[in-house]
Amino acid sequence: MFQIVRKQEMARGTIIRFDITAPKIAKKVKAGQFVIIRVNETGERIPLTVADKDEFAGIITIIFQVVGKTTALMRSLKEGDLIKDVVGPLGRPAEVEKIGTVVMIGGGTGVAILHHVAKAFKQAGNYVIGIMGSKDKELLILENEMTQICDELVITTDDGSYGERGFVTQPLQKYIEERDDIKLVYAIGPIIMMKNICKLTEKHKIKTMVSLNPIMIDGTGMCGGCRVKVNDETRFCCVDGPDFDGHKVDYDELMNRNSLYMKEEKDSLLFSIR
Amino acid sequence: MLEHDVKYLKFKTYLSTYCPHCHNSFNVEKKDLKQIEFNAIYKGQPVDLKLSPYLDVFDVDLSVPIEKGEVLDDLLCPQCKKSLIVKEMSCGECGSPVGEVIISAMSKLIPFFVCMKYGCEWHGLTKADERRIKLKIPRQDMPEQDQTLRVHNFQEVPYGFTTELALLEAGRCLQCKNPQCVLGCPVNVPIPQFIALIADEKINEAAKKIKETNLFPAICGRVCPQENQCESTCVMGHKDKPVAIGRLERFVADYERKMDLVRVPIIKENLGQKIAIIGSGPGGLTVAADMRQLGYSVTVFEALHETGGVLTYGIPEFRLPKSIVQFEINFLKEMGVRIETNQVIGNIHTIDELLEEFQAVFIGVGAGLPTFMGIEGESLGHIFSANEYLTRMNLMKAYKFPEYDTPMPKGFNVAVIGGGNVAMDCARTAKRTGATEVTIVYRRSRQELPARGEEVHHAQEEGIKFKLLTNPIRYLGTDFNTVKAMECIKMELGEPDASGRRRPVPIEGSNYVMDVDLVIVAVGNGPNPVIFQSTPDLKRNKRGYIEANPETMETSKEFVYAGGDIVTGSATVIEAMGAGRIAARAMHAKLTALREKKNKPKKVSAKG
Repeated sequence: MFQIVRKQEMARGTIIRFDITAPKIAKKVKAGQFVIIRVNETGERIPLTVADKDEFAGIITIIFQVVGKTTALMRSLKEGDLIKDVVGPLGRPAEVEKIGTVVMIGGGTGVAILHHVAKAFKQAGNYVIGIMGSKDKELLILENEMTQICDELVITTDDGSYGERGFVTQPLQKYIEERDDIKLVYAIGPIIMMKNICKLTEKHKIKTMVSLNPIMIDGTGMCGGCRVKVNDETRFCCVDGPDFDGHKVDYDELMNRNSLYMKEEKDSLLFSIR
Repeated sequence: MLEHDVKYLKFKTYLSTYCPHCHNSFNVEKKDLKQIEFNAIYKGQPVDLKLSPYLDVFDVDLSVPIEKGEVLDDLLCPQCKKSLIVKEMSCGECGSPVGEVIISAMSKLIPFFVCMKYGCEWHGLTKADERRIKLKIPRQDMPEQDQTLRVHNFQEVPYGFTTELALLEAGRCLQCKNPQCVLGCPVNVPIPQFIALIADEKINEAAKKIKETNLFPAICGRVCPQENQCESTCVMGHKDKPVAIGRLERFVADYERKMDLVRVPIIKENLGQKIAIIGSGPGGLTVAADMRQLGYSVTVFEALHETGGVLTYGIPEFRLPKSIVQFEINFLKEMGVRIETNQVIGNIHTIDELLEEFQAVFIGVGAGLPTFMGIEGESLGHIFSANEYLTRMNLMKAYKFPEYDTPMPKGFNVAVIGGGNVAMDCARTAKRTGATEVTIVYRRSRQELPARGEEVHHAQEEGIKFKLLTNPIRYLGTDFNTVKAMECIKMELGEPDASGRRRPVPIEGSNYVMDVDLVIVAVGNGPNPVIFQSTPDLKRNKRGYIEANPETMETSKEFVYAGGDIVTGSATVIEAMGAGRIAARAMHAKLTALREKKNKPKKVSAKG
């Protein structure tokens, strides 16, 4: 059993942050890796990327958006409540090295994962340019943390209520035109965002890494539910990923696979309300 | 069950007897009554003598009361009235005169003797003749759930032997001096010995006998492919059907568990050496049990939230109830084995880290990475790997959705690709979750089906269809990106390949489209990369599995052992157990040597 020691609601309560006691995982987890959580005996296993860790306090942080049955159930948990299973760390860590200038782009909840990776790149001695995007001002998360990490930070909102109006691709385009020393782009967020960023960077031949979030069950390479097509090969996100070369991922297939259980998700939520 | 039915089942060997002179039968079968009738002379008076027709129950009855030990004067055939007494023979036990009758067994006539002394049970049959008679008991079938009803539930299909059926089946064993069945068993269970104990109705002792070499008979009795192992070498199988060893094993284990006769063995002193086991599947559990019994402290690391490995996530409830798996694991816990779930070794600890704390490591992680065929449309929705399908159903209990949160993949027209046990499990599970039509699509012919005969039989009974010599080449999707049809090609068998099976070759132009709304791909598994990512110095073979010395199961890393599917590729539960046993033995030998070296008293130089 794993205890929730801190709970924080963000973005009008649609995004929740949990600090969970998991000393063994906290000691081992690296940026980009994830854990699988099963809330209770009847719960499903869901993958959540570790957003931060405190090795000394033995705490890992997860940030998730409330989208379905399990995340709704998790929102109802309070500080001090217990979670049945937390497995991890899973997946391969992000490959962090000193390469020069990197652009870190996060969209929506993706910022939660991104800031952990960005922190690692900053600590490795890179010049970090951050671009964060969200629908509106209130849905923006972790702005302070990102300001501290990044050497430059641009914020965009779809409705222009904060920062620049528009999508994250616009400031990226500007940076690519202005600077020719961008060695790497890291994009984490909605699939459509990652797809558009990759279209742009592919034109300019800038290496782009993306973090994928397919449906998973065990997260240890057993079920093959998280299969994605990378470079026309079937790869398993849980053991080969979750980070892949963004130019080689088949995003349309990923989008299709992620929307397979919409009906069941609804049924499950309705069942729990009844 | 009526009383006489019980008696009939209980009595083992039924004799057909004939008069040596007129060849008329002595057997009388009235409604409830089966007996052998003679005329006899006692003190000049004619009396009727009745004999039980069952060899093992020598029951003699006379129409006039006489005391035990008295000798009859004569024995006559009731038809031809000729005397059956043979002058040149006498009873081998008491020396009284004997009457001869002929019994027929396996179309051979054998003389059978009735001693004239009332109460003497000598019959003069040689051992070989006794065997010949025993062949007449047919192999017993297990009572099982009705086939039309069982496809609506997840309860176990066979109910198992009753004590009566088990006694009857145990009576078929010839008790060979040189038992071939034991050689066919990967862990060499003392098969004739335990069957003899069942025949003596010492069922608890039989269970203890099996557990000398196999700790999980309830599991093996259910999932072992006995027809390829112990039962394939049974001598009875040459002329008739082999003894149902697996069913007896299962009966014994179930009896012991249900009667609450399981006792935790007394563990020897703690040796102070620690063993780490990766994976709580059949291989890992065997090593855990063996090493704990020897006095090591054992910790098992399991990646999932439930223990049991393939026994839990893979094999469905109706074939191996999860309560049995958990019972066996609880037994290990009571023995003092520590089990840590949710530990993915390679990520949370590397093997090198484990070796700092533990003296030896056993890798029993199985072959869990599903293989796909790499054909067009395979990533469409409602196409699953067998692993995902079974994991959802068994581990996550998706068949109870929405009570359990994991969604159940539901189809009405299901195709399962592959012909192994896993494919049968998937097909039968799909049938139980409401599919109207389930088809097994296999590229070779029926003879090459790798699944156990019993599984294929059960699947057929449940209405699973078989499309053999057929292979999918393309999946077609709906507008919602779920599968709607499958293009198949017919195959024919060509030359034998490396595995000795005839290679299937596609027939050009034989393509056709088959409507499906759920596809389960059960075409095998590969090795999981997680452990290798953190342990690059672990030597692997050409197929990517761990290379281990077959005699010790030690890998290229000293003190690291491996066994089961991660060494052999997809195989059986009992083979993993066999590998675990070899590893445990080698580990013990090596660690004992290490201990002795350490404990060796240092030479003390004499003082002064």
